[in-house]
Amino acid sequence: MTAALLLLADGRFPAGGHAHSGGAAAAVAAGTVTDVPSLERFLLGRLHTVGLTAAGLAAAAARTADPAELAELDRATEARTPSAALRAVSRRLGRQLLRAARAGWPADAGLAALPAGTHHPVVLGTAARAAGLTDRRAAELAVHEAVSGPATAALRLLGLDPYQLVAVLARLAPQLDLVAERAATATRLPAASAPLLDLYGERYDSWKVKLFAS
Amino acid sequence: MHRDHIADESGAPVVSAAPPGPRRALRIGLGGPVGSGKTATVAALCRALRAELSLGVVTNDIYTTEDAEFLLRHAVLAPERITAVATGCCPHTAIRDDISANLEAVEELEAKAGPLDLVLVESGGDNLTATFSRGLVDAQIFVIDVAGGDKIPRKGGPGVTSADLLVINKTDLAELVGADLAVMARDATAQRGERPFVFTSLAAPDGVAPVTAWVRERLAGWG
Amino acid sequence: MGVSAGPARIEAELDGRGRTVLPVLAGAGPVALRQWRRPPPGEPAEVAMVGSMAGPLGGDRYGVRVTVGPGARLRVTSVAATVSLPGDGPAHCTLELSVAPGGLLDWRPEPVVAAAGSHLLLETRVELAAGAALLLREEQVLGRRHDWTSGAGPGRLTATLTVRQDGVEILAQQTDLGPGAPGWDGPAVLGPHRALGQLLAVHRPLHPPEEEAAPDGGAVLLTLPGSGARLLTALAPDALLLRRLLTGREGPAHREADGTGATQRQAQPACAGRLPRLSSEAR
Repeated sequence: MTAALLLLADGRFPAGGHAHSGGAAAAVAAGTVTDVPSLERFLLGRLHTVGLTAAGLAAAAARTADPAELAELDRATEARTPSAALRAVSRRLGRQLLRAARAGWPADAGLAALPAGTHHPVVLGTAARAAGLTDRRAAELAVHEAVSGPATAALRLLGLDPYQLVAVLARLAPQLDLVAERAATATRLPAASAPLLDLYGERYDSWKVKLFAS
Repeated sequence: MHRDHIADESGAPVVSAAPPGPRRALRIGLGGPVGSGKTATVAALCRALRAELSLGVVTNDIYTTEDAEFLLRHAVLAPERITAVATGCCPHTAIRDDISANLEAVEELEAKAGPLDLVLVESGGDNLTATFSRGLVDAQIFVIDVAGGDKIPRKGGPGVTSADLLVINKTDLAELVGADLAVMARDATAQRGERPFVFTSLAAPDGVAPVTAWVRERLAGWG
Repeated sequence: MGVSAGPARIEAELDGRGRTVLPVLAGAGPVALRQWRRPPPGEPAEVAMVGSMAGPLGGDRYGVRVTVGPGARLRVTSVAATVSLPGDGPAHCTLELSVAPGGLLDWRPEPVVAAAGSHLLLETRVELAAGAALLLREEQVLGRRHDWTSGAGPGRLTATLTVRQDGVEILAQQTDLGPGAPGWDGPAVLGPHRALGQLLAVHRPLHPPEEEAAPDGGAVLLTLPGSGARLLTALAPDALLLRRLLTGREGPAHREADGTGATQRQAQPACAGRLPRLSSEAR
């Protein structure tokens, strides 16, 4: 099933992620992410907070095809996203991912039954299950997205050296595995949050001039 | 002619998260380099067609709302008929490789302001290689201008060679910038074979007429 | 090791004459409780939490359980900041707050301060009936001044807040701040700030921040899922500036309508030695 995992994790998978910075655009504009070291700290914090939470939700979604349980996880995502702007982003990315996942696994009843506007981590977990992946793999997908999207956005916005970014991502790789493991084995759905990311997400939404959708 | 959108549509249906309606709007993409007149062409098309057709516009400006606001400011359409998509610094990705945000935007417009006859999807200004995915639009227009140099048709590139219509805009400036329209016409024909191109000068009254006529033909075939 | 106590308990209910009374007011462990005044009908009973010993120290387990009955109104404050101190492993504090239909809980204790070497696990669980009102303030301060000047740095504070409204979870969040929490002082979580505060209002007015904030700080007003629930999240370099961001944002509904919320902004001292009055009901 590794090939299916790589397909879903590929940045070229057409699920809309390329237009979202995960708060990196706002952090760059605020002057708090300016170079490779500050980006690394940003990514580390993001991974262990919203990354862990998304991974926990995705892993839980990958364990079930029951619409009632998925609806419950969708409400749990809602409660874990206090910013209305970021809730809208999560629903939008969920819709975009659902479109691609249904194209990839058209026979999957769970994907077919998911309501449009389901939150992104729940769709991600469902897509992983449809692709034959485990909950642990779903968590890995979520932490990968939590880090790689903002990393690419910062690379574009700051004109960073891509090789230095590769070094950062390689250093973080064991942490990604650790967080995915924690998320997939958690007895209670994680709710780790990052105050600055909430603040950035809510404020960025009202900007007139922006390159990224979030 | 290689264009047969209805056959394309039935042969390779667009995968949609929304249930397919009985008939969706014709979708036409407008691409081309920065400053060639894409937004002005969209605005002129809307003015020319809005009385007879139900229209929607999706813009893909790098600054998200800039083009949408131009259209709003010039009141070419009601606000609920215009929407903007952010492209994360990669306008070509949003119209070609990962069209999901644009598809969402088109479907939301149709849901909000529909039923629509025609949706224009305007790309952010990009380079000569940027073309629209056939999964997003049924036909595409590539807009260049004489001020960009009369060599552009000769350079070719997917936009110039494969767009369903090539628009060479700002002919009123040709003399000022020393562009030879005859050379551009010859090169365009050489690059495009039977695919049509038109010269426009949007500064002139109803300067968009050749494009309007082409769009009407597409609509007639779509209906 | 350490104190291990059942929760201190406060139960508020309406008596036959429409007054809020407190049939249960029982301190436990390090938390002593004092009723501040007996309210006239319609006004909240006021209770102050008084630390009866130092701490919490690492290894302590304690908590507070508050139950507000139908139509009852209760305000809870504390007389001083809670300073979490090192000891034998982390300390655990559990707050269980429940409000019945038509009830109001105004929960505004002083800050929790994480002293160098400490680790406090603070869990707040709020259960609101449909139509229950809540105003909840939480302030977390990383390190005492002394901890920073001596170079010891702050302690760690892991705070979980869950809110259920009519049986549905509308907020679940955990902040993990201080040494040992990956990325806590990085530009995604706290940045250069050392004080994090929240003001949660459910069916109570909450005004948006007025001042133009620095792009990486200040306060932001978030609309939560659920009914009438809003959360003001604020980040500041220290406790004093944090309190400023959280003060005067709450108020009665008519103030929101006529825009005169500013009148009560200076009402509360930054670190209350005396108990601030409940401005909304006292006037």
